[in-house]
Amino acid sequence: MKSFLEFFILIPLIGFLVSLVLPRKNETLIARWAFGSVATHMISFQVFLIYWLIDGYQQINLKDYVLYLTDGYEFFLDFYFDKITAVYVFVGSLLTFMVALYSRAYMHREHGFKRFFNTILFFYLGYNIVVFSGNLETLFIGWEILGISSFLLIAFYRDRYLPVKNAVKVFSIYRIADVGLILAMWLSHHLWHESITFDKLTNAELIHSHLQEHSWVGIFIALMFWLSAIAKSAQLPFSSWLPRAMEGPTPSSAIFYGSLSVHLGVFIMLRSYPFWENQLSVRILIGIMGLLTAIIATGIARVQSSVKSQIAYSSIAQIGLIFIEIAAGWGAIALVHFAGNAFLRTYQLLVSPSVVSYLIREQFYNFMPKLRSIEDSFPKKMQYTLYILCIKEWNLDSFMYRYLWNPVKRLGQRVDFLTLRRVIGIFVPAYLIGLFLVYHKDLVSEQVQHVLPIVFSLIALICVLKSFTERKQARMSWMLVIMNHFWIALAISFNENFSFTDIHIYLSGITVAGIFGFLTLRRLVMLEGNIDLNQFHGHSYRHPKIATAFLIACLAATGFPISPTFIGEDLIFSHIHEDQLVLALFTSLSFIIDGLAIIRIFARVFLGPHSKSVYEMAYRSS
Amino acid sequence: MKSFNHASFNEHEVIHQLKHYLPAQAPLKDFIHHNTLHAFQHMKFRDGVRHASEILGYRSSLSLTDFRSLYEKGFILPEVLVRIIIQRKGVPHLHEWRKKALTQVYDNIAFPRIGALRANWKKHYRIDLDSLVQPTLFRILCSYLDQGIAIWNFPVREKTFLAAIREMERNTLASFFKGKRAKHLLLETTCEIADLLKIVVGDESLYTRYLFDQQFSHQGWSGMVSTIEDQPFTILDSRQLSMHDLIVFELLMEIDALDRQFKNGWKPLCESLVEKPIELFADVPETEMHEVLFIWQEAFEWSYHDQVLAGILQKKNAPRQFTKKSFQALLCIDDRECSFRRYIEEFDHESETFGTPGFFSVEFYYQPEGGKFYTKLCPAPVTPKHLIKGIGEEKRQKDAYLSKTSHSIYGGWLISQTLGFWSAFLLFLNIFKPSMGPATASSFKHMSKKSQLTIENKNLDDRENDLQIGFTIDEMANRVEALLKSIGLVKDFAPIIYVIGHGSSSVNNPHYAAYDCGACSGRAGSVNSRVVSFMGNHPKVREVLRTRGIDIPEATQFLGGLHDTTRDEIIFFDENSLSKKNLESHNKNEVTFAKALDFNAKERSRRFESIDSHLTPAQIHDKILTRSVSLFEPRPELNHATNALCVVGRRELTKHLFMDRRSFMNSYDYRVDLDGKFLVNVLRPVGPVCGGINLEYFFSRVDNQKLGAGTKLPHNVMGLIGVANGIDGDLRPGLPSQMIEVHDPVRLLVIVEHFPEIVLQAIQKEAPTYEWFLNEWVRLVAVHPETHQLHLFADGKFEPYQPTVKQVEKAANLAAVFEENPENLPVFELESF
Repeated sequence: MKSFLEFFILIPLIGFLVSLVLPRKNETLIARWAFGSVATHMISFQVFLIYWLIDGYQQINLKDYVLYLTDGYEFFLDFYFDKITAVYVFVGSLLTFMVALYSRAYMHREHGFKRFFNTILFFYLGYNIVVFSGNLETLFIGWEILGISSFLLIAFYRDRYLPVKNAVKVFSIYRIADVGLILAMWLSHHLWHESITFDKLTNAELIHSHLQEHSWVGIFIALMFWLSAIAKSAQLPFSSWLPRAMEGPTPSSAIFYGSLSVHLGVFIMLRSYPFWENQLSVRILIGIMGLLTAIIATGIARVQSSVKSQIAYSSIAQIGLIFIEIAAGWGAIALVHFAGNAFLRTYQLLVSPSVVSYLIREQFYNFMPKLRSIEDSFPKKMQYTLYILCIKEWNLDSFMYRYLWNPVKRLGQRVDFLTLRRVIGIFVPAYLIGLFLVYHKDLVSEQVQHVLPIVFSLIALICVLKSFTERKQARMSWMLVIMNHFWIALAISFNENFSFTDIHIYLSGITVAGIFGFLTLRRLVMLEGNIDLNQFHGHSYRHPKIATAFLIACLAATGFPISPTFIGEDLIFSHIHEDQLVLALFTSLSFIIDGLAIIRIFARVFLGPHSKSVYEMAYRSS
Repeated sequence: MKSFNHASFNEHEVIHQLKHYLPAQAPLKDFIHHNTLHAFQHMKFRDGVRHASEILGYRSSLSLTDFRSLYEKGFILPEVLVRIIIQRKGVPHLHEWRKKALTQVYDNIAFPRIGALRANWKKHYRIDLDSLVQPTLFRILCSYLDQGIAIWNFPVREKTFLAAIREMERNTLASFFKGKRAKHLLLETTCEIADLLKIVVGDESLYTRYLFDQQFSHQGWSGMVSTIEDQPFTILDSRQLSMHDLIVFELLMEIDALDRQFKNGWKPLCESLVEKPIELFADVPETEMHEVLFIWQEAFEWSYHDQVLAGILQKKNAPRQFTKKSFQALLCIDDRECSFRRYIEEFDHESETFGTPGFFSVEFYYQPEGGKFYTKLCPAPVTPKHLIKGIGEEKRQKDAYLSKTSHSIYGGWLISQTLGFWSAFLLFLNIFKPSMGPATASSFKHMSKKSQLTIENKNLDDRENDLQIGFTIDEMANRVEALLKSIGLVKDFAPIIYVIGHGSSSVNNPHYAAYDCGACSGRAGSVNSRVVSFMGNHPKVREVLRTRGIDIPEATQFLGGLHDTTRDEIIFFDENSLSKKNLESHNKNEVTFAKALDFNAKERSRRFESIDSHLTPAQIHDKILTRSVSLFEPRPELNHATNALCVVGRRELTKHLFMDRRSFMNSYDYRVDLDGKFLVNVLRPVGPVCGGINLEYFFSRVDNQKLGAGTKLPHNVMGLIGVANGIDGDLRPGLPSQMIEVHDPVRLLVIVEHFPEIVLQAIQKEAPTYEWFLNEWVRLVAVHPETHQLHLFADGKFEPYQPTVKQVEKAANLAAVFEENPENLPVFELESF
């Protein structure tokens, strides 16, 4: 029975890979393949489910491929099946199947028909990896796939300004969720001294014994789970991304942001529940924040005058309630609530265009000019204040800019003096010295050895900050991103027990991706002249192939599970000690901004309205 | 400060001018087609589109690549291209210009004039003002205007927009603004536009230009505000919104955004201006590229139009002599009725069909029982003085998923755990077995078949809100007379005269009103058809008509009906009023109609990818019915796409021609109207209605991004008045790509069967009508009714015209053509006729 689990990952994987090579013009084939593979998955799963239920619904854990093994470190894929997975797969496969069928006619003749189904299948693959995952590493693979496929679907209309802008915005929030997971993985690695499986997490005694010694670590890990969950599920203070993600074709918004994607935060909380079950303070925090989200989001939903944002905020409010249910320990209710909310919001979004004729007819017959809502009875001052706050979404949208990205940008602008020549002039010799010291550690004192990693990781951070704020040259920004990884590698090299193989695994992917990315950019520059990063250029309009090639380079460089860098990132973190908080902080910050900088380069160079075809593009405001 | 010449700024004048150029599309429920570039209609078409393009950045024709590919595929005929080049450039330059048209590469990387001034914010201040201001501005505007999406409405709705904002700002702990200055300006000053512009722009000579740049950076919302200001009745829940308020508020928000960005103060825009942008409305000289594009445009148009004209010359049909008439049917001039009429006539040789604008010459407001508002049922520019009320209505179904309960905390909790699961099942049903539900916009719901109408007015004091309820005998007679004379139906009446309006059904379609009858202000034509039938049947009306030379036999009866163009269904009203004999033949006729509808469905299906056109007509019809109620079908029907012609004349003129579904057909008999008195009335709506439809399709097709609404798939409904992409986007007026993708952007060719001098007289009678023809926004050909000579109207006069195309082919087997060919078809001569 165990081996079936692999099968449920394999079908979407094959489905996705084959869909990539189908002929672009053949709509019927693409659509049939898409819902064929989802249907196969769904039906075989339902058969499996019945069998599993009859069989006594025991949890299944399958330790799969070991991808990398050294002393003290094991990176393996692990799959797991229990009732949470069962519900998530059931809902997910049913909705994806129906939406795939729905989109067949809906997307007919749309530019990007194939791209749409590719992305849906990619998403479906990621979704299944997440919900079937048996340990954090496996989950993280799926998590990354979801992030990228979300980005691609929001920016589906890549020739327009707003979808691209919002795709980058959503990606930046997802990045925070990613880092939450990375840090949780980092610390749990130190906590358990192994890659803990979810199966073992159900062992209360084991958790209890470990957490007793390391209670702050336990709290920290729980908070990191929660951080990635609230970011992914659009809870406060991250809520404003969800309505803005509704830029793609309606069915994709329905399934991603109406139902599946947005409930993955809930999934993380359900999965990690045994871990923080006994941390009362964490449970109270989760419950209170859930309640706060439910209240604020309901208020915002009430004032929305556009149908999709109204559904989005109502959904956020319900997810807030689900968080309360989980915190209260009512996992089963949370699961039912999840399924109901997912179905409901998908359907509501799909029928949302009908709202015009329906409500206008209702209005025609039932209109009451002085119809008041409950708030109209509030004192004027309170009423106006609340209304304005709700209209402005409690400033949640500017919140992220004000407290996170703008400070980062300001920091980056501080190092504006770094030009390409200076970067090479300073960093390359400095790096060589650092490298020399790694091989001759005996030359520096113990104390300096402790400081050096922090210094180097700081330089890494500066590189990536500069990259993130670079305006003039895309290639410069790209080089800095790559440099960042090298500095991180150098920083880690000073930690003991460290093996060069680990670093090689990490850097091999980066190097190849770096060179490949640089060459594609150079090719584009040769064709189109210098490309600054001041605006969106939309070069995918004329050079879709170069865009795809560069996207692959970007994915490889962000540590996406197509290059060894992916394992490398996890490895790197495993070398950071639990007491090296500063190093962990710098490195994780580097990872966040690094991903953002890369996506920024991709978006600014290849997406948005094509800057050289003004007459063929939509208005910026549309 | 650099000083430019001081042109004085006149607020009212600028706003007036702005409103003239902004999109004029009304809210969704009143979607009415119009010439998108109406502001340039005072120029010749050719100059107008060039100016629009250069000034406002629109694409005003297909691209050279598109034209050349049409040429390759044979849709543009080589001989027509040659003729156009010779006409424009003379024989000596033929070779040179042919080469230019076919191969020359033209780079159009220039930027349009609009936006050039405001672009300096980004260039010199490094501030993205639009991003900072627009999303909030749109949201506040939309919340104020919202017609029923929000649960908690804008708190102050009775006041003007600015007054409402002012009241809220005065009494709140939060603020729409981030800084103090903007709030202070709003609360403590009168907010004169000129004063605010002084702060923002500084130089008075740039004010007008700045406002144009600003409002055209979001022309969707600005256009909506302007339209609602001018036509407040287009929203049911009224608001007092004006361009003035919008501009003031936007300027305040700009000041606020600048204050926030530059904490240490900032200087007005003119300070950093190096050079003044080129005058917005300065003349746009014609370049070679413009000339080449226009040559292609004309070649494209005449490649089709010439076929029609050749077809008309090819066969001269004598007026038909009927031995016996089974029935006559009056349908809308709508191009979608083109094929339906063809089938009716084919399946019943004794029938006769007529085309007339679908409000059937009766103009009124309609109010069904329980309705809180009046619905206008006549062409948009007409203001009716009569009201018709419905008595007795069917119960309306509710849809829980579109209700608002699911958006509250508790209601949402309850619903998501209960109805939430049911929705999975509903979705399943909707995908595998779509059916009509409460969310469907159905033409048959427009008026209940069972309801009664108050058509006759017996007491002049019977009034409501300054409208007379019903029509008096005399008023009825006038209208019936006008209707019958305009279509030339004054004798030889059949026993049954059907008056069949049209409407459409669709689901998930915010643009549903655009699919209904344009002559009924975007509603179904059922009430009108019923009303005019009642009038025609009224004995006293007939008495009056007899005195005016229209003698309708007693046995003849009018019968109203409605044709659903999406579903190809038909219903009739008041059948029990038919005499026994007529009822019998009506039952027989219904079979004819049903058969015609099946075949019509089959012909339409050639454009639909989801339907196999090889199936039998009945099978296809079933699929068409399913299609119309499918949530996932963005093209329930193709509406007016491919429209290209308007024939004003007797049926015999074009009855032998297959014109696909591309022609508006207005029946008109010159013999009844030798002095052209009715022709003035017939041609009056041809420009605004048929020309408006044609040009809206034209421009939405050539620039779907800026003049059209783009693809409808990501559309989000804003406040029930418009659609936008995502939640922060500008409104998207115009037609979505799914409606226009098969449309060929050619101007409408109006073919009138009458003496050229009479036609000239008729179009010159009224200046607005004449403008359409004189400036060539629609083309006009008069067919001499006696010699059949063609006369093309150009530069104010008719000249004899010989089409380049000499002959059209006979259609061998049309059914087979439909099965194999989804593309646009050439004109054929019909065999069966």
